[in-house]
Amino acid sequence: MSALEEVFARCKAEGRAALIGYLPVGYPDVEGSLAAMTALAEAGADIVEVGMPYSDPVMDGPVIQRAATEALAKGVHVDDVFRATAAVKDAGAVPVVMSYWNLVLRRGVDRYAADLAASGGAGMITPDLVPEEAGEWHEASERHGLDRIFLVAPSSTTERISVVTHACSGFVYTASTMGVTGTRGSVGSRAPELVARVREATDLPLCVGLGVSNGAQAAEVASFADGVIVGSALVSTLLDRGRDEGLAALRELTAELAEGVRGRA
Amino acid sequence: MSEDDMSTEQSRSQQAEPAPAEVHVPGRFGAFGGRYVPEALIPALEELDEARQKALVDPEFIDELATLHRTYTGRPSIITEVPRFAEHAGGARIILKREDLNHTGSHKINNVLAQTLLTKRMGKCRVIAETGAGQHGVATATAAALMGLECTIYMGKVDTERQALNVARMKILGATVVAVEHGSATLKDAINEAMRDWVTNVDHTHYVLGTVTGPHPFPEMVRDFHKIIGEEAREQVLELTGRLPDAVIACVGGGSNAMGIFHRFVTDAGVRLIGVEAGGDGIDTGRHAARFATAEPGVLHGAMSYLMQDAEGQTLETHSISAGLDYPSVGPEHSYLRDSGRAEYRYATDEQVMHAFQLLCRTEGIIPALESAHALAATLDVGKELGPDALLLVNLSGRGDKDMHTAAEWFGLVDKDTDA
Repeated sequence: MSALEEVFARCKAEGRAALIGYLPVGYPDVEGSLAAMTALAEAGADIVEVGMPYSDPVMDGPVIQRAATEALAKGVHVDDVFRATAAVKDAGAVPVVMSYWNLVLRRGVDRYAADLAASGGAGMITPDLVPEEAGEWHEASERHGLDRIFLVAPSSTTERISVVTHACSGFVYTASTMGVTGTRGSVGSRAPELVARVREATDLPLCVGLGVSNGAQAAEVASFADGVIVGSALVSTLLDRGRDEGLAALRELTAELAEGVRGRA
Repeated sequence: MSEDDMSTEQSRSQQAEPAPAEVHVPGRFGAFGGRYVPEALIPALEELDEARQKALVDPEFIDELATLHRTYTGRPSIITEVPRFAEHAGGARIILKREDLNHTGSHKINNVLAQTLLTKRMGKCRVIAETGAGQHGVATATAAALMGLECTIYMGKVDTERQALNVARMKILGATVVAVEHGSATLKDAINEAMRDWVTNVDHTHYVLGTVTGPHPFPEMVRDFHKIIGEEAREQVLELTGRLPDAVIACVGGGSNAMGIFHRFVTDAGVRLIGVEAGGDGIDTGRHAARFATAEPGVLHGAMSYLMQDAEGQTLETHSISAGLDYPSVGPEHSYLRDSGRAEYRYATDEQVMHAFQLLCRTEGIIPALESAHALAATLDVGKELGPDALLLVNLSGRGDKDMHTAAEWFGLVDKDTDA
């Protein structure tokens, strides 16, 4: 059983959804980001999405863009991703990486997969890679025992949902709305409908992301999905704050979200 | 029979065979191209692919576009022989294809009119576009006004400052212009922001991508909407000179004007295809956009192609005196033509470009766009290399009105104290 399968089995046994938290490595700096990911794991995230900052993040909204730009300016490197996955694993959560594809391609897909597996990473979310372009990643992930997490969106047709879910393992990243990452007043009304459509195609856990920012929204999503993905709201707790103050705010929001995925918000 | 006559004979007997650059896997030019995009955009790309394939064989669409080109764009664009300029190029015979005389001042309108017609056929009411120098933005704003579409143009903040007049033109045409401040605040960041808009609003919005880059079907589609340049030019040159040119020369940023003029000549084996990239301050300085001189393949904005990137795959910043060539990647078909040896690529530095720019102004009374002046700079060298018997066809892709500010500064024609 893979690490992701285990965590979803455990959550299911506890009658709740999994909490998946995203943070970019290198923000506010590399050490600070490792501390933040550790705090996120300790405060209740089941899975930590380790984001690698990229110069051209077309799927990200202003909050994550800002953190990524600052992290790059301070000199974050792809090697730091693997330090982060190791730190997350040590803190007791399951690490997955979120990376734009050129960063993986440039390192060499097989080498990247080997490094990720060696550092305790469970798999990778690829926001700008569709299954048709993922032949090399498919082979490398099989070779190194990693899960492949692709995305479905409200625009996905039944045919696309079938293509994507067949290529996925671990879980399916279900985008709640059309758009980029960022907090929203409400989770898209299209999310429950999309989850229902994807369930017809697969038994894999379905995790919903884009726009979730508080415990109440987490509880709402947890009522129909297997996992709740939170990104920009967590990153926001670290922006414009001193390190200790930021970590305290991060722990507080994580605890609220963890209550949410247990239906207690 | 001279070699020239033979090549003419060959060319005339050649029917429209499949070009060697034709894609074998849908959306791939050899190893290049593809679709590296968020899943959310795949349905829109498939819808677009279907719509353009239907349109390309639909007599109604073909007629509508041809009529627009005749009555609105001003096609066919003429060719002009430039003997006084050619004296500085080893005496070679030089012919310019005058895309600068099109409505809105560049080749960009060819693609934009076709894509906005497609937008209407797909039942969408809004278009968005990126722009660097502003030419594609102005062309898109123009077509949107003509067709009654809502229009938003994304432009890097740095570019809005250096091309303030084009910002005003777009606004006067009714477009909303968004100055993009993220990243390097230039063309690539404008494309990022346009893609974010598209992911969000794709149900009613079409992204009028302005060059032969991006995910499939854009590189193929934009090329097809510009190939009229080479089709016209080939006939015009044959009519004027009785033979095919020895070389066809065009500047390459994303590479749409170059693909437009190259495409019809790809099967003419005797015709050299020469693309000219931005050499900026010189290759050694690192401040340039000469992808083929220094870069390796990578993925940016949906396509696999040569890409200026660091050791970890982060996109590098580029530099060129011409905003339109200031882009870190290049259309995937160019990468294919280059690696297969069918086309060759050179670069011209800012200094060489400004020399060629001034030379064409002074010898022929034609003010070229700085982008097109890259092709002219290389033409001076190619002419000297091939000698006085050579016949060169150059794509003058745009006019230089938009560049007066840059040129005046370069040549010291403005008082810096009064010119903020």
